[in-house]
Amino acid sequence: MGDFSAEVISHIDRNYIADLLKRGDRVDGRKFDEYRQLEIEPNPVAAKAEGSAIVRLGGTSVVAGVKVLTGEPYPDTPDEGVVMITAELAPIASPLFEIGPPKEDAIELARVVDRGVRESETVDVKNLCIEEGRKVYMVFADVYPLEYDGNLIDASSIAVNAALLTTRFPEMKLEDNELVETGKMLELPLSNMAIEHTVSKIADHVVIDPILKEEIVQSCRLTMAIDKNDKFTAIQKGGGAGPISIELIEQAMDMALSQTKEIRGLITDTVKEAGV
Amino acid sequence: MSTEKRPDALINAEGLRFDGRRPDELRPIQMEVGVLKSADGSASIRQGKTYILAAVYGPRELHPRHLTLNDRAYLRCVYRMATFSVSDRKRPAPSRREREISMVIANALEPALFLEDFPKAVVDVFIQVIQADGGTRCAAINAASLALADAGIPMRSLVPAVAVGKADGTLIVDLGDEEDKYGEGDIPLAVLPKTGEITLLQQDGSFTREELLEAVQLGVNACKYLHELQKDALKRAYAKRTPEDDDEDDEDDEDFEDDLETDLGESDLMEDE
Repeated sequence: MGDFSAEVISHIDRNYIADLLKRGDRVDGRKFDEYRQLEIEPNPVAAKAEGSAIVRLGGTSVVAGVKVLTGEPYPDTPDEGVVMITAELAPIASPLFEIGPPKEDAIELARVVDRGVRESETVDVKNLCIEEGRKVYMVFADVYPLEYDGNLIDASSIAVNAALLTTRFPEMKLEDNELVETGKMLELPLSNMAIEHTVSKIADHVVIDPILKEEIVQSCRLTMAIDKNDKFTAIQKGGGAGPISIELIEQAMDMALSQTKEIRGLITDTVKEAGV
Repeated sequence: MSTEKRPDALINAEGLRFDGRRPDELRPIQMEVGVLKSADGSASIRQGKTYILAAVYGPRELHPRHLTLNDRAYLRCVYRMATFSVSDRKRPAPSRREREISMVIANALEPALFLEDFPKAVVDVFIQVIQADGGTRCAAINAASLALADAGIPMRSLVPAVAVGKADGTLIVDLGDEEDKYGEGDIPLAVLPKTGEITLLQQDGSFTREELLEAVQLGVNACKYLHELQKDALKRAYAKRTPEDDDEDDEDDEDFEDDLETDLGESDLMEDE
């Protein structure tokens, strides 16, 4: 029941998946540059989190939540707030995830999603300062996978961006060395938005948004964060040690560019429609 | 960082609670079975603003091996809260509270299971609190027992659970967050409906002997209702899976007889051949 060895499946499926790709088909019938059905549920944790979103990307789903705290700035950036993204591969989401301290795949997921947000300067950290050198806002976005059927990175990136968009938090000011609420609610100062797109290399082909079976047989993957001006703000090659040619990298970049606008639109529209 | 203040009174002049409930009234509860595809069994519960997911994996091979039980399966419960599920951000690492609650949940569920059918294996129950607004351990038990049933783990019965507490001297059922924080006590309990036996009982705050006995009785009564909700949720999930079964849920028994007849018919055919 449920517990099967990934390797057994991959040996049987490897040739099948590669043969299909040679004919221009994928195991689930999608085009090479086609994402699975994407659903975004804005603000499911309305009572406790400052912002949140559940994202379903085909059979993969994640929940992201944002907490806004106050704290002291880092000494080298006294006028900047802090933005941090964490993720864990909780065993609730898949028989492949185990109990225990985070392993490298969980750390990679968190760091890759974090870099997508950080490098694009999605959150304007200068605008998260309450008083220079003393108090700043600290924004934590935490991701929990709920169902794992491949491509957690893109699902998490979409969820984090949607959650940041839904975030509302009380404005604070320093009065007699104490933080007090001004009574005003603030949105996050979002000056950009970078979406991450993951492309899997299988044999000599690249496909976007891999399902779990494709991930298991891939030789490597390329994750690219693309911001609102179609600039690449972060790239990560991972998911295996396989080499990838410049031609395929170029194909992967074009694939990502062709999809990014639609996904960005869906995120902003869904959050706007919800009127969060 | 959300702003919370102590309500002026937990029980108002009309004897109603600050969210308008009667003392013995539960919050609105929605349970859903089969919500996570990767799991062998799963369920979600929304109880007021509390929102919890439970997933069951197994019976499967147990790692690490030294936990193996030779006469039955090991029931491993892991209760975890999301960092954003509470007002202040919870630290991501498992807390002592989470470990303790994981243990009492396992103890609450185990008497309902035929773990002896699966020696040396493990049944994993993973509970993720997405939003916490009081009563999470009880809501977790409600959802976890549905997830176990959904996974097809042999069970004596579902296990309903509820917390009874006290606010302004009145016993109240199914505490919300504020009642838990500012009330005078909290008694989470879980029940095996068939025998009325209690499988989870904890208490904090201050109660007299009489209050305690009355509170447990209130809890047991509320559990009877919760048990019905659980059964409904299970039936709803499985009615969906049989396409031709559009009949009322009440006719389940008749459906069962129909199945028996078809079975007999088929075996007759076999004999003819």
